[in-house]
Amino acid sequence: MVKAGMVIGGGISGVQCALDLADQGYVVYLIEKNPSIGGKMAQLDKTFPTLDCAACIMTPKMVDAGRHPNIRLLAYSEIREIKKDGDVFKVKIVRKPRYVDETKCTGCGQCALHCPVEVRSEFDEGLGVRRAIYVPFPQAVPLIYTIDKESCIDCGLCEKMCQAKAVDRSQQPKEVEIEVGAIVVSTGYELFDARSKEEYGYGIYPNVITGLASERLLSASGPTGGHIVRPSDGRIPESVAFIQCVGSRDEKSGNLYCSRVCCMYATKEAMLLKEHVPDIDVTVFYMDVRAYGKGFEEFYQRAKHEFGIKYVRGRVAEITEDPHTENLYLKAENTETGEFFEQEADMVVLSAGLVSPKNDNLPKWLPIPIGDDGFFVSSNPKADPVTTKMEGVFIAGVTEGPKDIPDSVIQASAAAMKASTFLKE
Amino acid sequence: MAPNELDMSFAETVVKAGANKLNLCIQCGTCSACCPSGTRTGLRTRQVIRRAQLGLQEKVLLDKGLWLCTTCSTCTNRCPRDADPTEILISLRSLLVEEGQVPTTIRDALEGVYKYGNPWGIIRSKRSDWASDLKIKYASEGGKSELLYYVGCAPSYDSRAQQVARALATNLNALGVDFSILGNEESCCGNEIYSIGEKGLFDILAEDNLSLLDRHGVSRIVTTSPHCFNAFKNRYVRSLDVQHYTQYFADLTDEGKIRFSRKMEKTVTFQDPCYLGKHNNIYNEPRKIIENIPGAKFVELPTSRGRSVCCEGGGGRMWVDNPGERATEARVREAVSIGAEVIAVACPFCLLTFDDAIKTTGNEGKIQVMDINELVTEAGLVHR
Repeated sequence: MVKAGMVIGGGISGVQCALDLADQGYVVYLIEKNPSIGGKMAQLDKTFPTLDCAACIMTPKMVDAGRHPNIRLLAYSEIREIKKDGDVFKVKIVRKPRYVDETKCTGCGQCALHCPVEVRSEFDEGLGVRRAIYVPFPQAVPLIYTIDKESCIDCGLCEKMCQAKAVDRSQQPKEVEIEVGAIVVSTGYELFDARSKEEYGYGIYPNVITGLASERLLSASGPTGGHIVRPSDGRIPESVAFIQCVGSRDEKSGNLYCSRVCCMYATKEAMLLKEHVPDIDVTVFYMDVRAYGKGFEEFYQRAKHEFGIKYVRGRVAEITEDPHTENLYLKAENTETGEFFEQEADMVVLSAGLVSPKNDNLPKWLPIPIGDDGFFVSSNPKADPVTTKMEGVFIAGVTEGPKDIPDSVIQASAAAMKASTFLKE
Repeated sequence: MAPNELDMSFAETVVKAGANKLNLCIQCGTCSACCPSGTRTGLRTRQVIRRAQLGLQEKVLLDKGLWLCTTCSTCTNRCPRDADPTEILISLRSLLVEEGQVPTTIRDALEGVYKYGNPWGIIRSKRSDWASDLKIKYASEGGKSELLYYVGCAPSYDSRAQQVARALATNLNALGVDFSILGNEESCCGNEIYSIGEKGLFDILAEDNLSLLDRHGVSRIVTTSPHCFNAFKNRYVRSLDVQHYTQYFADLTDEGKIRFSRKMEKTVTFQDPCYLGKHNNIYNEPRKIIENIPGAKFVELPTSRGRSVCCEGGGGRMWVDNPGERATEARVREAVSIGAEVIAVACPFCLLTFDDAIKTTGNEGKIQVMDINELVTEAGLVHR
C-alpha cells in the first residue's frame, strides 16, 4: 500500500478533504484543472444562512492547502490516465503549460498590468474582464500567473515587464506520474446552462443573469466593486426578479432532482440586494420554497418579513424584453390567487441548478456507478455515503449530488477519514 | 352530471380518457401563464387540472374555457412535470363529446366531417374543384406515383387556402415531381377531430384513410398542412412516411435542385405553425426556403420558434370564436413594427387567421400574408 492519497478537484470539498487527510500524516496530491483552487465557493459573495463572507472562509483554507507540508498542489493540471495495479493507483497527470515558470513567478502582477488583451473573466461569470496573462482572482492559490494562449497575441510585453524573468512562452505540457493508495473524487458541479430554457431569453437579453453572476455583482471584489448595476446599461436596477428551479425539478431539462441550494442562495442574494440598494423591489417566483436546513426557515421568514422580499408562488412561463428600455416582462400566474400578471423587472436572476460536470474520462478510469441524475453513487447512500463500489475510491461534495457548503464540508471530512482508515489498513 | 363535490374517482375517468399524466401536476402555473389563449380568455389550464384532480366534475365540465385551448402545445413543451396539459384538456373535451355537450359550431364541424369528410360540411364532389384546370394525376386513375400530395380540408374548400394548394401543385409540377392527389376520395385527416376530443370519429377517419392510402399503394406523402402532417406522423396507429411540404422543399434546397428565375425585393417574416414547430420541432426548414429566395430579406419576429405565439386556429378554434383582441392582431402589429412586408406562413389556419387580422387591424396594403408556396411560385421556381 502506498501511503499517499489523491484528491481530484480543488473546490471547498476537495480542499477540506486534502487538509484533513494531510493533517493525519498522509501525503496528498490535490489536483485542480483551473489555474487556482477555490472552485465555486471562491466566487460567492456571502454564505447562507449566516451571511458570512465566503472568501473569508474559503481563502484561509486555500492558503493552508497551498502551504501544507503534506499537500502537493497540482493546479492547472489534468488527469490523463488512472490505472489500478494491485492496491496501487498509478496516475498520469498533465501539467498544462502556464507559460510562466512556477518557481520564478512572484505573483507581483506587473505582466497583467501591461498586457493589452482584455478577455471576459470566467471567474466573474463574464461580467468583468481579465488580461490574457492573469490570475483568476487576487487571492488565487497558487498565486502564479498564467497565459491564456488562445487570447494571447504574442506581443511579448509581459516577458519584457517581468523582473523575475518568469515568463516562458515556449513551455510545453509536462506529464508527471504519481502513485497513490486512495482517491477522493470531489469534482463538484457545473451550473445548468440556462440558454436551453429559451423562454427565459438567457444569453439573448443582457439583463437576464444567473445566480452565480449575481454573486459577482454583489461581491465587493467583483467587477463592479459590489455596486449593483445591470449589465445592459450600468444603471442601478429598481426591480429584480428571481426565477427558481431553472433546470432543476424539470423533466424538460432532464433534471428531475432538486438542486438543494437555489432557494437559499436566491433568498440570500435577494437580502443582499436589499442591503446594497434599500429601495430595490425584489420578487422571488417559486414552485416550492425548500428551507430544510438548520436556520433556513428562519432565514426565509426574515427575508419576507424583515427585508420585505416578495415571494410569489408561480413558475414564470416566459420572459420578453422591451428592446428600447431593455427592461424585462415576466409572465406568470400567482397560483395562490389564480391571477395572471405580467411583471416588469429591470433585471432577472435565474436560479440555475447544479448539474454534474462533464467528466469525460473519469468514469472510464474509475468505474463508480452514476445515478440517473448524472452524479456519482456511493456504495450505501445512508450508512456509507462517501465510500464507493471501487475499493480505495471515495466521493465528497456535490460530485455525489447537489448539496450546500456545510454538507459538502462534512462529507469532505468524512471522506478524508474513510480514506485515511483505508490507507492505514 | 355528478354534483359539485370532491370525487376522487373522477380523476381516474379523466386518466382513462387519455390524460394519463394528470396526477403528475404540481400546480406550478406554467401552463396558465404561457397559454397564448388563456392569458386573454377564460381558459385557466392550471385551475382546470386541479379541479379535474379533485373531481369537481361540474366545475370542470361546464367550464367554457375548455373549448378555447388551441392545442398549440406551449404548455406541454414547458411543463416541468411533463404532465402534458394539452392532452389533459383534450381528454376532458372527449368526456363532453361523449355526453354530447359541445358548442353548436363544433357539433356542426364534427357533423360535416362525419357526413362529407370535411368540417365545413361541403359536399364531397367539390373537394377537388380547385384542381380542375391544373395538370394533376389522381390516385384513382391507377398507376403509381412517387409522391402523394395530401391536400387537406381547408386548402380543398376555402377559396383563399385553395390558392395555396394550387401554388403547391404548380411548384411540384415545376420541379417535375411525379405526384398524384386523392381528389374527391380524400377525407379529413382527423387531427382537429382528435384535438376536439371526438376520438371515436378520429379512429374511424384514421382507419378509413389508412386503408385508402394502402389501396392506392401510397408510400410517400407530402401535406399542405402541419395538422395533417402531425396526424399522419404522430396520431395514427402507425406512423406514415410523411413530410410537410417545407421539409420536402428544404431537402431539395439542400440537394441544390431548386433555383429561382425572379428576384423578390421584399422583407419577409415567418409565423411558426404550432403543429410544425412546437409539436414536431421543425423550425429551420421553412426559414431555409425563404432565405434561399433571391432578394427576400428575412426578419424574425421578436418571439419565434419555440416562443412563437399561436394563431389560435388549431384545436377546433376555427369553429369557436372568442370575443376581444386576437393573438394574431398583436402579431400583425409586431410584424409591421419590424418592417416586414410579408408574413410568410406554412399552415392554412395561420393563413386564414392572419388574413383576418391584417384586415381588422387596418394594415391592408401595408403587409400581406403569403404561404411559403406562394412565395416560391412568385419567385419563379425552376428545376435545376
